[in-house]
Amino acid sequence: MTPTDAGRPSRLFRNLNAKIASIPMVLTALVIFVGGTAWTVVYSFTNSKLLPRLSFVGTTQYERLWAAPRWHMAVENLAVYGVLSLVFSLAIGFLLAALMDQKIRFEDTFRTIFLYPFALSFIVTGLVWQWLLNPDFGIQQVVRNLGWESFTFDPLYNADIVIYGILIAGLWQGTGLIMCLMLAGLRGIDVEIWKAARVDGIPTWKTYLFIVIPMMRPVFVTTLVIIASGIVKVYDLVVAQTSGGPGIASEVPAKYVYDYMFLAQNLGQGFAASTMMLLSVVIVIVPWAYLEFGRRRRHG
Amino acid sequence: MRYRLLTAAFAAGVAYSAGPVGATDLEVTHWWTSGGEAAAVAELAKAFDATGNKWIDGAIAGSGGTARPIMISRITGGDPMGATQFNHGRQAEELVAAGLMRDLSDLAAKEKWTEIVRPKSLLDSCTLDGKIYCVPVNIHSWQWLWLSNKAFEDAGVAIPKNWDEFVAAAPALEAKGIVPLAVGGQPWQTSGAFDVLLMSVGGTDTFLKVYKDKDAEFAAGPEIAKVFKAADDARKMAKNTNVQDWNQATNMVITGKAGGQIMGDWAQGEFQVAGKVAGKDYSCLPGLGLNATIATGGDAFYFPLLKDAEKSKAQEVLATTLLDPKTQVAFNLKKGSVPVRGDVDLNTANDCMKKGLDILAEGNIIPWTDQLLTQDTQKQKEDLFSEFFANASLTPEDAQKRFVDIIAAAD
Repeated sequence: MTPTDAGRPSRLFRNLNAKIASIPMVLTALVIFVGGTAWTVVYSFTNSKLLPRLSFVGTTQYERLWAAPRWHMAVENLAVYGVLSLVFSLAIGFLLAALMDQKIRFEDTFRTIFLYPFALSFIVTGLVWQWLLNPDFGIQQVVRNLGWESFTFDPLYNADIVIYGILIAGLWQGTGLIMCLMLAGLRGIDVEIWKAARVDGIPTWKTYLFIVIPMMRPVFVTTLVIIASGIVKVYDLVVAQTSGGPGIASEVPAKYVYDYMFLAQNLGQGFAASTMMLLSVVIVIVPWAYLEFGRRRRHG
Repeated sequence: MRYRLLTAAFAAGVAYSAGPVGATDLEVTHWWTSGGEAAAVAELAKAFDATGNKWIDGAIAGSGGTARPIMISRITGGDPMGATQFNHGRQAEELVAAGLMRDLSDLAAKEKWTEIVRPKSLLDSCTLDGKIYCVPVNIHSWQWLWLSNKAFEDAGVAIPKNWDEFVAAAPALEAKGIVPLAVGGQPWQTSGAFDVLLMSVGGTDTFLKVYKDKDAEFAAGPEIAKVFKAADDARKMAKNTNVQDWNQATNMVITGKAGGQIMGDWAQGEFQVAGKVAGKDYSCLPGLGLNATIATGGDAFYFPLLKDAEKSKAQEVLATTLLDPKTQVAFNLKKGSVPVRGDVDLNTANDCMKKGLDILAEGNIIPWTDQLLTQDTQKQKEDLFSEFFANASLTPEDAQKRFVDIIAAAD
């Protein structure tokens, strides 16, 4: 493109109305998101207690954070929950979508049933599963009443497996949405491709795995972002199901942040923890964004 | 903003047209929601309504841990209520220091609070830089072991007289399918139970050395190791509790499903609502029967600084009402706590309450963790003990090491 000559309006003033209209949103983004984030990071280096105070103490808050057994437990739980939730929601979601895509009868009914849990909030989901997994009223008691007296299934009361109890509830709530996204992706695949694959004699599963899934890349990326953001902010599900218990066995980072900011009246510690959460998100997002958008620019 | 102003004006208009002239609505937030507590707070509301004003009840369910952040964010966020409950001590320290709370010194001087409130330490906890910021309403003490007489009869053992006998009786209870010690899953319960063990098994001096002087070296020593040993016994006895809330745990004791519970005297309100009689249906051991000392912690009302002159006046009326002898008796009988004034008639007090009053009269009192430690330290302690009680692989020795770190970092 040739440089703009004096006669043409500069690029800054092109689409002026649209630019003016977006100023409030730009300001909101800058002040609330970027500004708020910067404020939090700055105050994480102070010893603010109940009220924010600018008296810097260096990295003391971070040292204390990484020395706290509860924070280690929270990070570990998030890692287990995150990896498993990512793998299982993608796998189950795609499997359900593929099954739905076989031109079955009552597809609408099934879709509604699978999507229904998503209409419930995490708090309701958590409470429902708290009852289902309660050894005295839930699944364990039902099976015992059927005659298996020694049957034990009480994940929420067993510190070693409590995070899986939360995972079950999370998957139950979330996979319906993933299924719908996947189904939309599958429906977007041209019928001609299926026909071509059939003519070439490629088995259905291979067509899915090597042709359809690579073509659904944009859908997978969207899904990944939705699942990942759900994982990092998991909080209400834990609060409703176990409040972090038994002991501290099902703590998650978001709960640590809340507890230290508001219960312990130690804002500095809470800010340090939330900065660590931000950092982990940035570490995941930046390389991904670089790959995703960097490549597009090169092609375009 | 304008919308909010309009609604506020509208709401005010409705409020004024509804009540008689001079009546002011005052929102009071608190976390008293269990059966006994709700009955007690209704007495306060009744007394305040009788002055011609109106008590707007702002109960927040889910215990202090849930309620306090909500209250604090309302006060710091510029939407203060008329009055709010806190445990007096260091919980509201920073709010007061930031000038968000109302100074009640003038009213206190006029009504001679320093003379009527006893013990003196109660008002001291309300005082910062010589100014009084809260109205204590009751004396609560954590240091009780509540025992179900029925559970021990069922197990065929005598009702224990102290903690050691209780531990010894545990196998007999377990054999009958009774949980010896009920400890709910809320973190403050486990950490509170440990504090009580520290005072009872370790003794008053030990307690003060750790929490008041924050002597980390002492906390690492054999005296405290003994306390952790007792806590180890406690967690073994509490293994099968499987309830969360403290009143559910108390209910296990009331119904005889559990042998006992280490809990504050607010548990007594639950026994009363259930129609149980002290001495006959349940027994109580102050200081776990080892060290008959009680703390004079408790609840107090703080008054946020308001601009509205009408409401400020109503705040004063409420403060006066709370300390009124009649209100004090009615409220505390339902709550299971002890009144803050010594000059009231307590013939109607039951056995356990009388035990508490006797200990107070002898002066065996101790400041409690709410007064001595910051919320930050309390939270770290809660994290430690909720893990300790739930996770059998955390040894008492390791837990003590972590406890020492917390004490060393405390301010």
